Amino acid sequence: MSKSWKIISVGLTNTVQLAVVALICAAFLGLVLAIIRGLKIKVLNFLIIIYVDLFRALPTIVLFMIVYYMLPFFGLSFPLFWAAVVALTINGAAYYEEIFRAGIEAIDTGQWEASRSLGLNFRQTMTHVILPQAIRIVIPPATSNSLELVKTTVLASVISMPDLLYKAQQAAGLWYNPTPLVLAALIFLAMLWPFVRLTSYLERRMV
Amino acid sequence: MDIRGLIDSFFNVRIMLEYLPALGRGLVVTVEIAALSLALGLTLGLILAVVRVSIKRKGTARVFRLLNVPLVFYIDSMRALPPLVTLVVVYFALPYLGVYISRFWSAVSVFVLVLGAFGSEIFRAGIESVDAGQMEAARSQGLSYLQTMRFVVVPQAFRVALPPLTSRMISITKDVSLASVIGVADLLKEAKVGIANTYNTSPLIAAAILFTLLFLPLVRLSAFVERRMKE
Repeated sequence: MSKSWKIISVGLTNTVQLAVVALICAAFLGLVLAIIRGLKIKVLNFLIIIYVDLFRALPTIVLFMIVYYMLPFFGLSFPLFWAAVVALTINGAAYYEEIFRAGIEAIDTGQWEASRSLGLNFRQTMTHVILPQAIRIVIPPATSNSLELVKTTVLASVISMPDLLYKAQQAAGLWYNPTPLVLAALIFLAMLWPFVRLTSYLERRMV
Repeated sequence: MDIRGLIDSFFNVRIMLEYLPALGRGLVVTVEIAALSLALGLTLGLILAVVRVSIKRKGTARVFRLLNVPLVFYIDSMRALPPLVTLVVVYFALPYLGVYISRFWSAVSVFVLVLGAFGSEIFRAGIESVDAGQMEAARSQGLSYLQTMRFVVVPQAFRVALPPLTSRMISITKDVSLASVIGVADLLKEAKVGIANTYNTSPLIAAAILFTLLFLPLVRLSAFVERRMKE
Protein backbone atom coordinates (compact mmCIF):
# COMPACT_ATOMS: atom_id res chain seq x y z
CA MET A 1 0.00 0.00 0.00
CA SER A 2 2.83 2.45 0.82
CA LYS A 3 4.57 1.54 -2.40
CA SER A 4 1.46 2.12 -4.43
CA TRP A 5 0.88 5.40 -2.58
CA LYS A 6 3.99 6.83 -4.27
CA ILE A 7 2.51 6.09 -7.70
CA ILE A 8 -1.00 7.10 -6.77
CA SER A 9 -0.02 10.44 -5.20
CA VAL A 10 1.37 11.55 -8.58
CA GLY A 11 -2.01 10.75 -10.11
CA LEU A 12 -3.83 12.53 -7.30
CA THR A 13 -1.88 15.75 -7.96
CA ASN A 14 -2.71 15.55 -11.66
CA THR A 15 -6.40 14.90 -10.96
CA VAL A 16 -6.67 17.88 -8.60
CA GLN A 17 -4.87 20.19 -11.04
CA LEU A 18 -7.03 19.00 -13.92
CA ALA A 19 -10.22 19.45 -11.89
CA VAL A 20 -9.35 23.01 -10.82
CA VAL A 21 -8.25 24.22 -14.26
CA ALA A 22 -11.18 22.55 -16.07
CA LEU A 23 -13.72 23.90 -13.56
CA ILE A 24 -12.53 27.47 -14.03
CA CYS A 25 -12.38 27.23 -17.84
CA ALA A 26 -15.79 25.51 -18.17
CA ALA A 27 -17.60 27.84 -15.78
CA PHE A 28 -16.08 30.90 -17.48
CA LEU A 29 -17.01 29.74 -20.99
CA GLY A 30 -20.49 28.79 -19.78
CA LEU A 31 -20.99 32.23 -18.23
CA VAL A 32 -19.81 34.02 -21.38
CA LEU A 33 -22.18 31.95 -23.53
CA ALA A 34 -25.09 32.59 -21.15
CA ILE A 35 -24.45 36.35 -21.28
CA ILE A 36 -24.23 36.27 -25.07
CA ARG A 37 -27.59 34.51 -25.10
CA GLY A 38 -28.95 37.35 -23.00
CA LEU A 39 -28.22 39.71 -25.91
CA LYS A 40 -30.97 37.85 -27.81
CA ILE A 41 -29.26 37.93 -31.22
CA LYS A 42 -31.05 35.21 -33.21
CA VAL A 43 -28.09 33.78 -35.15
CA LEU A 44 -25.82 33.61 -32.10
CA ASN A 45 -28.57 32.05 -29.97
CA PHE A 46 -29.18 29.42 -32.63
CA LEU A 47 -25.48 28.50 -32.73
CA ILE A 48 -25.26 28.32 -28.94
CA ILE A 49 -28.36 26.11 -28.75
CA ILE A 50 -26.83 23.71 -31.30
CA TYR A 51 -23.56 23.66 -29.32
CA VAL A 52 -25.31 23.06 -25.99
CA ASP A 53 -27.63 20.32 -27.28
CA LEU A 54 -24.86 18.57 -29.19
CA PHE A 55 -22.54 18.32 -26.22
CA ARG A 56 -25.29 17.41 -23.80
CA ALA A 57 -26.19 14.53 -26.15
CA LEU A 58 -22.66 13.27 -26.85
CA PRO A 59 -21.20 10.95 -24.17
CA THR A 60 -18.17 12.68 -22.64
CA ILE A 61 -15.91 9.68 -23.17
CA VAL A 62 -16.57 9.92 -26.92
CA LEU A 63 -15.62 13.60 -26.83
CA PHE A 64 -12.38 12.75 -25.01
CA MET A 65 -11.49 10.21 -27.67
CA ILE A 66 -12.25 12.59 -30.54
CA VAL A 67 -10.03 15.28 -28.97
CA TYR A 68 -7.34 12.66 -28.38
CA TYR A 69 -7.33 11.46 -32.00
CA MET A 70 -7.33 15.04 -33.25
CA LEU A 71 -4.14 15.83 -31.33
CA PRO A 72 -1.67 14.84 -34.08
CA PHE A 73 -3.15 17.54 -36.26
CA PHE A 74 -2.17 20.16 -33.70
CA GLY A 75 1.41 18.92 -33.43
CA LEU A 76 2.63 15.97 -31.38
CA SER A 77 3.89 18.10 -28.50
CA PHE A 78 0.37 19.10 -27.46
CA PRO A 79 0.21 17.92 -23.83
CA LEU A 80 -2.45 15.39 -22.80
CA PHE A 81 -3.28 17.52 -19.76
CA TRP A 82 -4.56 20.32 -21.97
CA ALA A 83 -6.38 17.87 -24.24
CA ALA A 84 -8.30 16.73 -21.16
CA VAL A 85 -8.93 20.37 -20.16
CA VAL A 86 -10.28 21.09 -23.66
CA ALA A 87 -12.64 18.09 -23.59
CA LEU A 88 -13.89 18.89 -20.08
CA THR A 89 -14.35 22.57 -20.92
CA ILE A 90 -16.32 21.91 -24.11
CA ASN A 91 -18.55 19.46 -22.28
CA GLY A 92 -18.88 21.30 -18.97
CA ALA A 93 -19.55 24.70 -20.53
CA ALA A 94 -22.66 23.29 -22.26
CA TYR A 95 -24.15 22.42 -18.85
CA TYR A 96 -22.99 25.63 -17.14
CA GLU A 97 -24.49 27.70 -19.96
CA GLU A 98 -27.92 26.14 -19.36
CA ILE A 99 -27.67 26.72 -15.59
CA PHE A 100 -26.49 30.34 -15.87
CA ARG A 101 -29.06 31.11 -18.55
CA ALA A 102 -31.87 29.73 -16.36
CA GLY A 103 -30.57 31.93 -13.54
CA ILE A 104 -30.45 35.05 -15.71
CA GLU A 105 -33.90 34.37 -17.15
CA ALA A 106 -35.36 33.88 -13.67
CA ILE A 107 -34.71 37.56 -12.89
CA ASP A 108 -37.85 39.61 -13.41
CA THR A 109 -37.90 41.58 -16.69
CA GLY A 110 -38.86 44.64 -14.64
CA GLN A 111 -35.28 44.69 -13.34
CA TRP A 112 -34.02 44.98 -16.92
CA GLU A 113 -36.47 47.67 -17.85
CA ALA A 114 -35.82 49.67 -14.69
CA SER A 115 -32.02 49.62 -15.08
CA ARG A 116 -32.12 50.40 -18.78
CA SER A 117 -34.49 53.31 -18.22
CA LEU A 118 -32.10 54.64 -15.55
CA GLY A 119 -29.47 54.90 -18.29
CA LEU A 120 -27.40 51.77 -17.61
CA ASN A 121 -26.20 49.98 -20.76
CA PHE A 122 -26.41 46.19 -21.35
CA ARG A 123 -23.03 45.47 -19.79
CA GLN A 124 -23.69 47.60 -16.72
CA THR A 125 -27.15 46.11 -16.21
CA MET A 126 -25.71 42.59 -16.52
CA THR A 127 -22.78 43.07 -14.12
CA HIS A 128 -24.39 45.34 -11.53
CA VAL A 129 -28.04 44.28 -11.50
CA ILE A 130 -28.77 40.91 -13.10
CA LEU A 131 -25.75 38.71 -12.31
CA PRO A 132 -25.60 39.54 -8.55
CA GLN A 133 -29.22 38.39 -8.25
CA ALA A 134 -28.79 35.40 -10.55
CA ILE A 135 -25.85 34.04 -8.53
CA ARG A 136 -28.14 33.16 -5.62
CA ILE A 137 -30.43 31.09 -7.85
CA VAL A 138 -27.54 29.50 -9.68
CA ILE A 139 -25.47 28.29 -6.72
CA PRO A 140 -27.24 24.95 -5.97
CA PRO A 141 -27.36 23.58 -9.56
CA ALA A 142 -23.89 24.97 -10.30
CA THR A 143 -22.46 23.20 -7.25
CA SER A 144 -23.97 19.90 -8.27
CA ASN A 145 -22.75 20.39 -11.84
CA SER A 146 -19.24 21.15 -10.57
CA LEU A 147 -19.32 17.90 -8.61
CA GLU A 148 -20.27 16.03 -11.80
CA LEU A 149 -17.45 17.79 -13.68
CA VAL A 150 -14.86 16.79 -11.08
CA LYS A 151 -16.14 13.20 -11.32
CA THR A 152 -15.79 13.37 -15.10
CA THR A 153 -12.04 14.13 -14.84
CA VAL A 154 -11.42 10.36 -14.43
CA LEU A 155 -12.20 9.98 -18.13
CA ALA A 156 -8.78 11.54 -18.74
CA SER A 157 -7.38 8.11 -17.80
CA VAL A 158 -9.01 6.72 -20.96
CA ILE A 159 -6.77 8.92 -23.14
CA SER A 160 -3.80 7.83 -20.95
CA MET A 161 -3.39 11.08 -19.09
CA PRO A 162 -1.77 9.92 -15.80
CA ASP A 163 -4.59 10.88 -13.42
CA LEU A 164 -5.56 9.14 -10.17
CA LEU A 165 -7.47 6.29 -11.84
CA TYR A 166 -4.78 5.74 -14.50
CA LYS A 167 -2.02 5.57 -11.89
CA ALA A 168 -4.11 3.26 -9.70
CA GLN A 169 -4.68 0.91 -12.64
CA GLN A 170 -0.96 1.04 -13.38
CA ALA A 171 -0.09 0.15 -9.78
CA ALA A 172 -2.73 -2.60 -9.74
CA GLY A 173 -1.22 -4.08 -12.89
CA LEU A 174 2.31 -3.80 -11.55
CA TRP A 175 1.64 -5.82 -8.38
CA TYR A 176 -1.25 -7.85 -9.72
CA ASN A 177 -3.31 -6.66 -6.77
CA PRO A 178 -6.50 -4.62 -6.63
CA THR A 179 -5.55 -2.65 -3.49
CA PRO A 180 -4.48 0.50 -5.42
CA LEU A 181 -7.87 0.56 -7.17
CA VAL A 182 -9.69 0.38 -3.85
CA LEU A 183 -7.34 3.03 -2.46
CA ALA A 184 -8.12 5.32 -5.40
CA ALA A 185 -11.84 4.82 -4.84
CA LEU A 186 -11.42 5.69 -1.14
CA ILE A 187 -9.48 8.85 -2.06
CA PHE A 188 -12.28 9.94 -4.41
CA LEU A 189 -14.81 9.20 -1.69
CA ALA A 190 -12.90 11.25 0.89
CA MET A 191 -12.41 14.16 -1.53
CA LEU A 192 -15.93 14.35 -2.93
CA TRP A 193 -18.13 13.24 -0.06
CA PRO A 194 -18.18 16.72 1.57
CA PHE A 195 -19.37 18.15 -1.74
CA VAL A 196 -22.15 15.54 -2.00
CA ARG A 197 -23.37 16.66 1.44
CA LEU A 198 -23.03 20.31 0.40
CA THR A 199 -25.14 19.74 -2.73
CA SER A 200 -27.89 18.02 -0.74
CA TYR A 201 -27.81 20.84 1.82
CA LEU A 202 -28.04 23.58 -0.84
CA GLU A 203 -30.84 21.78 -2.69
CA ARG A 204 -32.84 21.33 0.50
CA ARG A 205 -32.39 24.96 1.51
CA MET A 206 -33.69 26.18 -1.84
CA VAL A 207 -37.02 24.37 -1.47
CA MET B 1 -2.84 22.33 -40.31
CA ASP B 2 -3.37 19.50 -42.78
CA ILE B 3 -7.06 19.96 -43.60
CA ARG B 4 -7.26 17.22 -46.23
CA GLY B 5 -5.52 14.76 -43.93
CA LEU B 6 -7.92 15.71 -41.17
CA ILE B 7 -10.96 15.16 -43.38
CA ASP B 8 -9.58 11.88 -44.69
CA SER B 9 -8.96 10.45 -41.25
CA PHE B 10 -12.12 11.75 -39.59
CA PHE B 11 -14.80 11.84 -42.28
CA ASN B 12 -13.84 8.95 -44.53
CA VAL B 13 -17.29 7.89 -45.76
CA ARG B 14 -16.08 4.59 -47.25
CA ILE B 15 -14.69 3.42 -43.91
CA MET B 16 -17.74 4.69 -42.06
CA LEU B 17 -20.03 2.62 -44.29
CA GLU B 18 -17.77 -0.41 -44.02
CA TYR B 19 -18.02 -0.36 -40.21
CA LEU B 20 -21.68 0.56 -40.03
CA PRO B 21 -22.90 -3.06 -39.49
CA ALA B 22 -20.44 -3.55 -36.60
CA LEU B 23 -21.44 -0.21 -35.12
CA GLY B 24 -25.08 -1.27 -35.43
CA ARG B 25 -24.34 -4.42 -33.39
CA GLY B 26 -22.62 -2.24 -30.80
CA LEU B 27 -25.60 0.10 -30.73
CA VAL B 28 -27.89 -2.84 -29.91
CA VAL B 29 -25.66 -3.80 -26.95
CA THR B 30 -25.62 -0.17 -25.77
CA VAL B 31 -29.41 0.01 -25.90
CA GLU B 32 -29.72 -3.37 -24.10
CA ILE B 33 -27.47 -2.24 -21.24
CA ALA B 34 -29.26 1.10 -21.06
CA ALA B 35 -32.74 -0.46 -20.99
CA LEU B 36 -31.81 -3.01 -18.30
CA SER B 37 -30.05 -0.39 -16.17
CA LEU B 38 -32.94 2.05 -16.41
CA ALA B 39 -35.63 -0.52 -15.58
CA LEU B 40 -33.75 -2.09 -12.65
CA GLY B 41 -32.22 1.18 -11.43
CA LEU B 42 -35.51 3.06 -11.28
CA THR B 43 -37.16 0.14 -9.46
CA LEU B 44 -34.31 0.05 -6.94
CA GLY B 45 -34.49 3.82 -6.49
CA LEU B 46 -38.24 3.80 -5.87
CA ILE B 47 -38.03 0.92 -3.37
CA LEU B 48 -35.18 2.59 -1.48
CA ALA B 49 -37.05 5.90 -1.37
CA VAL B 50 -40.20 4.27 0.05
CA VAL B 51 -38.09 2.32 2.57
CA ARG B 52 -36.26 5.47 3.71
CA VAL B 53 -39.46 7.46 4.09
CA SER B 54 -41.21 4.59 5.88
CA ILE B 55 -38.53 3.95 8.49
CA LYS B 56 -38.48 7.65 9.36
CA ARG B 57 -42.08 7.45 10.62
CA LYS B 58 -42.90 7.70 14.31
CA GLY B 59 -43.19 4.36 16.03
CA THR B 60 -40.74 2.49 13.81
CA ALA B 61 -38.64 0.02 15.80
CA ARG B 62 -35.09 1.24 16.37
CA VAL B 63 -33.66 -1.80 14.53
CA PHE B 64 -35.32 -0.63 11.32
CA ARG B 65 -34.26 2.96 11.88
CA LEU B 66 -30.63 1.82 11.98
CA LEU B 67 -31.14 0.62 8.39
CA ASN B 68 -30.91 4.28 7.39
CA VAL B 69 -27.16 4.37 8.13
CA PRO B 70 -26.01 1.81 5.52
CA LEU B 71 -28.52 3.22 3.02
CA VAL B 72 -27.18 6.77 3.36
CA PHE B 73 -23.62 5.44 3.13
CA TYR B 74 -24.44 3.58 -0.10
CA ILE B 75 -26.28 6.55 -1.64
CA ASP B 76 -23.58 9.04 -0.73
CA SER B 77 -20.74 6.86 -2.02
CA MET B 78 -22.49 6.35 -5.35
CA ARG B 79 -22.98 10.09 -5.62
CA ALA B 80 -19.34 10.81 -4.73
CA LEU B 81 -17.62 8.14 -6.82
CA PRO B 82 -17.13 8.61 -10.57
CA PRO B 83 -19.06 5.72 -12.24
CA LEU B 84 -15.91 4.74 -14.14
CA VAL B 85 -14.07 4.17 -10.85
CA THR B 86 -16.93 2.02 -9.51
CA LEU B 87 -16.96 0.08 -12.75
CA VAL B 88 -13.21 -0.56 -12.69
CA VAL B 89 -13.32 -1.60 -9.03
CA VAL B 90 -16.27 -3.97 -9.60
CA TYR B 91 -14.77 -5.54 -12.69
CA PHE B 92 -11.10 -5.76 -11.69
CA ALA B 93 -11.24 -6.05 -7.89
CA LEU B 94 -14.19 -8.39 -7.22
CA PRO B 95 -12.54 -11.43 -8.90
CA TYR B 96 -9.83 -11.27 -6.21
CA LEU B 97 -12.59 -11.88 -3.67
CA GLY B 98 -13.75 -14.90 -5.66
CA VAL B 99 -16.73 -13.10 -7.18
CA TYR B 100 -16.88 -13.43 -10.96
CA ILE B 101 -19.36 -11.32 -12.89
CA SER B 102 -19.36 -11.09 -16.68
CA ARG B 103 -18.43 -7.79 -18.33
CA PHE B 104 -22.00 -7.18 -19.43
CA TRP B 105 -23.47 -7.74 -15.97
CA SER B 106 -20.66 -5.83 -14.22
CA ALA B 107 -21.63 -2.85 -16.33
CA VAL B 108 -25.37 -3.30 -15.75
CA SER B 109 -24.98 -3.75 -11.99
CA VAL B 110 -22.83 -0.62 -11.64
CA PHE B 111 -25.30 1.52 -13.58
CA VAL B 112 -28.19 0.06 -11.57
CA LEU B 113 -26.38 0.91 -8.32
CA VAL B 114 -25.65 4.46 -9.49
CA LEU B 115 -29.15 5.14 -10.81
CA GLY B 116 -30.66 3.49 -7.72
CA ALA B 117 -28.77 5.95 -5.48
CA PHE B 118 -29.61 9.08 -7.48
CA GLY B 119 -33.15 7.87 -8.17
CA SER B 120 -33.87 7.20 -4.50
CA GLU B 121 -32.87 10.77 -3.59
CA ILE B 122 -35.07 12.19 -6.36
CA PHE B 123 -38.07 9.98 -5.47
CA ARG B 124 -37.63 10.75 -1.78
CA ALA B 125 -37.72 14.49 -2.45
CA GLY B 126 -40.86 13.87 -4.52
CA ILE B 127 -42.57 11.81 -1.81
CA GLU B 128 -41.67 14.37 0.87
CA SER B 129 -43.12 17.17 -1.26
CA VAL B 130 -46.57 15.52 -1.19
CA ASP B 131 -48.68 17.21 1.51
CA ALA B 132 -48.97 15.24 4.76
CA GLY B 133 -52.75 15.75 4.61
CA GLN B 134 -52.90 13.35 1.66
CA MET B 135 -51.44 10.56 3.76
CA GLU B 136 -53.73 11.36 6.70
CA ALA B 137 -56.86 11.54 4.54
CA ALA B 138 -56.10 8.26 2.75
CA ARG B 139 -55.30 6.48 6.02
CA SER B 140 -58.51 7.72 7.61
CA GLN B 141 -60.38 6.33 4.60
CA GLY B 142 -59.13 2.90 5.62
CA LEU B 143 -56.27 2.41 3.17
CA SER B 144 -53.23 0.68 4.62
CA TYR B 145 -49.85 2.47 4.67
CA LEU B 146 -48.58 0.60 1.61
CA GLN B 147 -51.84 1.12 -0.28
CA THR B 148 -51.65 4.86 0.43
CA MET B 149 -48.07 4.93 -0.85
CA ARG B 150 -48.95 2.93 -3.95
CA PHE B 151 -52.18 4.67 -4.96
CA VAL B 152 -52.01 8.16 -3.45
CA VAL B 153 -48.51 9.40 -2.58
CA VAL B 154 -46.21 7.86 -5.20
CA PRO B 155 -48.35 8.87 -8.23
CA GLN B 156 -48.27 12.48 -7.04
CA ALA B 157 -44.56 12.26 -6.19
CA PHE B 158 -43.87 11.12 -9.76
CA ARG B 159 -44.96 14.46 -11.17
CA VAL B 160 -42.48 16.34 -9.00
CA ALA B 161 -39.73 13.79 -9.62
CA LEU B 162 -40.12 13.65 -13.40
CA PRO B 163 -37.87 16.55 -14.56
CA PRO B 164 -34.80 15.70 -12.42
CA LEU B 165 -35.44 12.02 -13.12
CA THR B 166 -35.35 12.42 -16.91
CA SER B 167 -32.10 14.35 -16.85
CA ARG B 168 -30.54 11.76 -14.52
CA MET B 169 -31.79 8.93 -16.78
CA ILE B 170 -30.14 10.58 -19.77
CA SER B 171 -26.86 11.00 -17.95
CA ILE B 172 -26.89 7.30 -16.93
CA THR B 173 -27.62 6.21 -20.51
CA LYS B 174 -24.70 8.34 -21.70
CA ASP B 175 -22.50 6.65 -19.10
CA VAL B 176 -23.23 3.28 -20.72
CA SER B 177 -20.38 4.02 -23.15
CA LEU B 178 -18.02 3.72 -20.15
CA ALA B 179 -18.64 -0.05 -20.38
CA SER B 180 -16.26 -0.10 -23.36
CA VAL B 181 -13.41 0.53 -20.90
CA ILE B 182 -13.88 -2.95 -19.38
CA GLY B 183 -14.30 -4.47 -22.84
CA VAL B 184 -18.06 -4.73 -23.29
CA ALA B 185 -18.73 -4.82 -27.06
CA ASP B 186 -20.89 -1.68 -27.06
CA LEU B 187 -21.04 1.04 -29.71
CA LEU B 188 -17.87 2.79 -28.52
CA LYS B 189 -15.90 -0.47 -28.29
CA GLU B 190 -16.87 -1.37 -31.88
CA ALA B 191 -15.68 2.08 -32.94
CA LYS B 192 -12.35 1.50 -31.18
CA VAL B 193 -11.95 -1.84 -32.97
CA GLY B 194 -12.62 -0.02 -36.22
CA ILE B 195 -9.95 2.57 -35.45
CA ALA B 196 -7.43 -0.14 -34.60
CA ASN B 197 -8.14 -2.02 -37.84
CA THR B 198 -8.05 0.95 -40.22
CA TYR B 199 -5.69 3.44 -38.51
CA ASN B 200 -8.48 5.89 -39.26
CA THR B 201 -10.71 7.79 -36.86
CA SER B 202 -13.84 7.78 -39.03
CA PRO B 203 -15.54 4.88 -37.15
CA LEU B 204 -15.37 6.99 -33.98
CA ILE B 205 -17.01 9.93 -35.74
CA ALA B 206 -19.68 7.58 -37.12
CA ALA B 207 -20.27 6.32 -33.56
CA ALA B 208 -20.45 9.91 -32.29
CA ILE B 209 -23.09 10.65 -34.92
CA LEU B 210 -25.08 7.56 -33.87
CA PHE B 211 -24.82 8.55 -30.19
CA THR B 212 -26.02 12.05 -31.01
CA LEU B 213 -28.96 10.74 -33.07
CA LEU B 214 -29.86 8.49 -30.14
CA PHE B 215 -29.61 11.14 -27.40
CA LEU B 216 -30.56 14.42 -29.06
CA PRO B 217 -34.31 13.61 -28.97
CA LEU B 218 -33.95 12.68 -25.29
CA VAL B 219 -32.14 15.92 -24.43
CA ARG B 220 -34.87 17.91 -26.21
CA LEU B 221 -37.53 15.84 -24.43
CA SER B 222 -36.05 16.54 -21.00
CA ALA B 223 -35.88 20.27 -21.76
CA PHE B 224 -39.55 20.07 -22.79
CA VAL B 225 -40.55 18.19 -19.63
CA GLU B 226 -38.75 20.77 -17.47
CA ARG B 227 -40.53 23.66 -19.20
CA ARG B 228 -43.91 21.96 -18.96
CA MET B 229 -43.53 21.29 -15.25
CA LYS B 230 -42.63 24.91 -14.51
CA GLU B 231 -45.90 26.16 -15.99
